Amino acid sequence: MSAPAPTVAALARGLAEGAFSSVELTRAYLERIAAAQPSLNAFITVTGESALKAAAESDAARAAGRAGRLTGVPIGHKDIFCTEGVLTTCGSKMLGNFVSPYDATIVSGLRTAGTVMLGKLNMDEFAMGSSNETSHFGPVRNPWDTQKVPGGSSGGSAASVAARIVPAATATDTGGSIRQPAALCGVTGIKPTYGRCSRYGMIAFASSLDQAGLITVSAEDAALLLGPMSGFDPHDSTSVESPVPDYTTTLGDSLQGLTIGLVREFFDKGLDAACEQRIRDAIAVYEKLGAKVREVSCPNLPLSVPTYYVVAPAECSSNLARFDGVRFGHRCDSPKNLLDLYCRSRGEGFGAEVKRRIMTGTYVLSAGYYDAYYLKAQRVRQLISADFARAFKECDLLFGPTTPTPAFRIGAKCDDPITMYLNDIYTIGANLAGLPGMSIPCGFVDGLPIGLQIVGPHFSEARMLNVAHRYQQETDWHLKTPSAFA
Amino acid sequence: MEWETVIGLEIHAQLATCSKIFSGSATAYGAEPNTQANLVDLGYPGVLPVLNGEAVRMAVRFGLAIGARIAPHSVFARKNYFYPDLPKGYQISQYELPVVAQGSLDLVLDDGTRKRVGITRAHLEEDAGKSLHEGMPGMSGIDLNRAGTPLIEIVSEPDMRSAKEAVAYMKKVHTLVRYLDICDGNMQEGSFRCDANVSVRPKGSDKFGTRAEIKNLNSFRFVEKAINYEVERQIELLESGGKVVQETRLYDPDKGETRSMRSKEEANDYRYFPDPDLLPLVIDDAFVATIKASLPELPDEKAARFVRDYGLSEYDAGVLTASRELGAFYEDVVRRVGRDPKLCANWVMGDLAAFLNKDNLEINDSKVDAEALAGLVTRIVDATISGKIAKDVFEAMWASGESADAIIEQNGLRQITDTGAIELAIDEVMAKNPGQLADYRSGKDKLFGFFVGQVMKATGGKANPAQLNDLLRKKLSG
Repeated sequence: MSAPAPTVAALARGLAEGAFSSVELTRAYLERIAAAQPSLNAFITVTGESALKAAAESDAARAAGRAGRLTGVPIGHKDIFCTEGVLTTCGSKMLGNFVSPYDATIVSGLRTAGTVMLGKLNMDEFAMGSSNETSHFGPVRNPWDTQKVPGGSSGGSAASVAARIVPAATATDTGGSIRQPAALCGVTGIKPTYGRCSRYGMIAFASSLDQAGLITVSAEDAALLLGPMSGFDPHDSTSVESPVPDYTTTLGDSLQGLTIGLVREFFDKGLDAACEQRIRDAIAVYEKLGAKVREVSCPNLPLSVPTYYVVAPAECSSNLARFDGVRFGHRCDSPKNLLDLYCRSRGEGFGAEVKRRIMTGTYVLSAGYYDAYYLKAQRVRQLISADFARAFKECDLLFGPTTPTPAFRIGAKCDDPITMYLNDIYTIGANLAGLPGMSIPCGFVDGLPIGLQIVGPHFSEARMLNVAHRYQQETDWHLKTPSAFA
Repeated sequence: MEWETVIGLEIHAQLATCSKIFSGSATAYGAEPNTQANLVDLGYPGVLPVLNGEAVRMAVRFGLAIGARIAPHSVFARKNYFYPDLPKGYQISQYELPVVAQGSLDLVLDDGTRKRVGITRAHLEEDAGKSLHEGMPGMSGIDLNRAGTPLIEIVSEPDMRSAKEAVAYMKKVHTLVRYLDICDGNMQEGSFRCDANVSVRPKGSDKFGTRAEIKNLNSFRFVEKAINYEVERQIELLESGGKVVQETRLYDPDKGETRSMRSKEEANDYRYFPDPDLLPLVIDDAFVATIKASLPELPDEKAARFVRDYGLSEYDAGVLTASRELGAFYEDVVRRVGRDPKLCANWVMGDLAAFLNKDNLEINDSKVDAEALAGLVTRIVDATISGKIAKDVFEAMWASGESADAIIEQNGLRQITDTGAIELAIDEVMAKNPGQLADYRSGKDKLFGFFVGQVMKATGGKANPAQLNDLLRKKLSG
C-alpha cells in the first residue's frame, strides 16, 4: 500500500468502499510511524499489536454489516489520556511506569465509534510547555523543519498529523496546547468549549482550563471525530449537558451574513509582519465567501498571560500533589522516612518546568498572597470573559493569528520561560473564558506554516467547523505535506 | 484570680450514606483494608469527584434541625497538605461558603438551667484514610477504605463555659444526628468525634484568651477529662506567670493528659482554593421545602410534648427523648398502660435503664419489651401488686423473658386486698408483740414502721400497703 489518503474522511470512504481493509491501513500507518520515529520522536508508545487486533475486529464488524462511519480508522492519542492496559506517561518520568487501569471517557467514546488506537503521542511533561521540549521522552521535531519545535504541549499530536503518520490525533488545550502546535505544524486543531468533552481520564494540569480536542488534517475530519468525544459524562461534573449535533451536517452552510470580528489586541506590535499578512490574506478569502469583517476590542486580553500564569500553576500545584510516590508512579530508592520519600520521589520524577509551575502555584495560593495573586487573577479572568461576551454582541466569530511567529528553533527559548510563555499570548484568552477555538493552516512564512485562529461563543463548534471547512474548500494549505513525509 | 473557661467544639459526624461523598465506593465499616477504595478514592491520575446528592440532603436535614440558614450557593474547596492517607494531596472540604450557617441548639443542663449554643457553620467534606502502624515494624500501612467517607463538620461558637456544658452540647448534637438518621453516632468506630478549642480568661473579661485545640476526642468521657485537664494546665501556666501558646494538642487517655502536637508556627498553610473539579453547590427553596417536610419530630419538640401531654418534668422529658428509640419505647408503654404516664416514665428511666446499663444493651435489644413492661406497670396501677413487689417481678421478667402476669401467678405474688385477711395478720402481729404494742400506745410513734414491717413479713410482702397503713393505724390506736 502506498502513502495513505490524506484525510479521515477519505480513509473512511476507502474502508467503506472496500478499497483497503483496516488491517492494511493500520499496518501502513504503523510502518510510517516506525520510519518517522527517529526523526520526529512523535510517539512515546506504539501499540502495534493491539492496533492490528482492533483493526481485524473492525474489518470483521464491517463484514458483519456493523460498521459505523469511523470503523477501522486509525488514530493516535495524546499520552495525557488514560488508556487501559497501556503505558500512560503524560510525558513525565513520574509516570514512566504507569499502566492505566482504565480508559479516559473520550478514549472509550472514540473506540466505541470504531477508531483504532495506533499508540500514545509525545507531549510536554504534564502538558506544561509550548515547544514539546519539556517531555521526559525527548523533544518532538517539526516535520516541516526538524530543527524547529512542533509547538506544545500537543507536539506529538500535531507533528504526527502533519507528517501523515497518523490520520488524526486527540490532543488537549489548557492555554493553547492544541491550537499553537496545530499552527506551527500546518494542521487543523480544535479546542472545544470547556465542558464539551469529558475530562475524566485526562490527567489534570489546570482543571478549570483543560479541554480535550483534536488535531486533524481538515475541519471535516474534526467534525467526524468530535461527536464521539462530546457530551455529558456522569464521571465529570464540569462536563455540560448540551445536545451534541452531527457536526458534519452543517459543514457546507453558507457564510453569507457571517460577521467576523478582528480582535485589535491580536494584531499588536508583537505580531510578525509576514504572519500578519497571511492572516489578512485568509480574511480576504472569507470576504469573498460573503463574510463581513469588523474590528472589535477586548481591552483586557493583554492581561491573559499573567492571569493564566497565576491560575494554571495554582491548580497544577494541587493537581500534581497526588504524585507522591505512595500509590503509583515513580518512587525513589530506599526512602529514609516519609519526608525523604516525598522529596526525592517528586524531585526525581518531575522535570524543571513542572517544578517551576508547582512552586509558582504554591506561592500564589499561600496565606498572605492568595488575595493579591489568585483572587485578583480570577477577577481579571472574569473581565476577560466579559470582553469576549461583549465582542460576540458585535460579531459571530473572532479571527486572529494563532501565534505571533512561525515555529522557532529547538532550544531557542528554553532558558527564558517568560519568552516561552508569551508564545501563548493569542490562545490563552479562549481558555480563560472557556470558549471554543480553532487553528487552521493559512499559508507559509519562510517555508513554515502559519495558523489562522478562530474563537467562537460557547458551544459554537458546529459554526466554527463550518467556517473552517468552507475556507478549506477554497484553499489547499491544509493539504500541504512536508516533503520529507510526502 | 477567678478564671472563666471558654470552649468551642468542632464535631465531625460521618454521614450515613451508602456510598462515599465523591465516588461510588461503599462506606461500610470494618472491611478488609483497601477493599472499599476505587480509583477515585485512590486519587488515580485523571479521575474526578462527583458529589453524592444524599450527603447534601443529610447536611440540609441537619441545617434545618438547628434552625440554620441553608446556603443557596456553597462552594467546595481544596485543603492542600501532604499525608500518605490523603491520596490526592488535598482534602475536598468547604471553606468560605459552607452549606449550613448560623444555627443554634438549646441545652437543658443537669441543674435544670437552659443554655443556647450558637453553631457558626456546618460544612460537607471528605474523610481521610487511616495510617496503620501496628504489626508491621519499620513500616506503615495505608487503609483507604475510609478515604472519601462523607463528613459534616459542625463548628460551634465559643459559647460553652465548662467541660460539662461542652459534653451536654456534644450529647445534644449526637442525639440530633441520630434522630435525623444522618449518622450512626458510633464513637468507637470514629463516626462521631470532635476537636475542642479551649481557653481561659479572667472572669469578667470580654477578651478571649489564647486557645489550644485538642484533636480527635472520640468519647464524651474523654472530652470532659481532656478539657478539665487542659483548663487546669492553662490556669496553672498563667498563674505562674507563663503564657498559653496557640497550638494543637493531643489527649492521651492512658495518662489523662494533653500534650503538644504542633505549634501555630508549625501549622500547615492549607492553601485553600475553590475546587475546579466541582461546580458550586446550588440549593433551591423547593429542595429545602421537600426536606423540611420529611423531618421527623425533633428531640426538643418531642420533649416539649412529653411535658405538655404526660406531665413530665423537663429533665425527665429530656432523658426520655435522648434517642428516638427510647422515646418510642416510652410512648408505647404509655399507650398500652393507658394512664399514669409519670409511673411509666419512672419505670423506663429507673429499673429498665439500670438493667439495660448493667447488661450493656440498647433499648431496642431490651430483654423486657414495651408490651411486657406495660403489662407490669398495669398490674401496679390496678393494685394487683405493689411497687415493691413489682421490682422483684421485673427482675424475674428480665431473667426469664416471661410476662408479669405469669410470674405473679406462678409465685403467688398477687397483692392481698382482702380487708379481713390483712386484719387477721395485724391481730396476730399485735398478739405476738405485746411489749412493742404497749410502748407504741404510750407514745412511741416510731414503732409504727416496726408493725408495718412485721405484717408485711407475715403476708410475704403482699399486703396492699395503703390498706395496711389504714387498718394498722386504727387497730394500734385500739
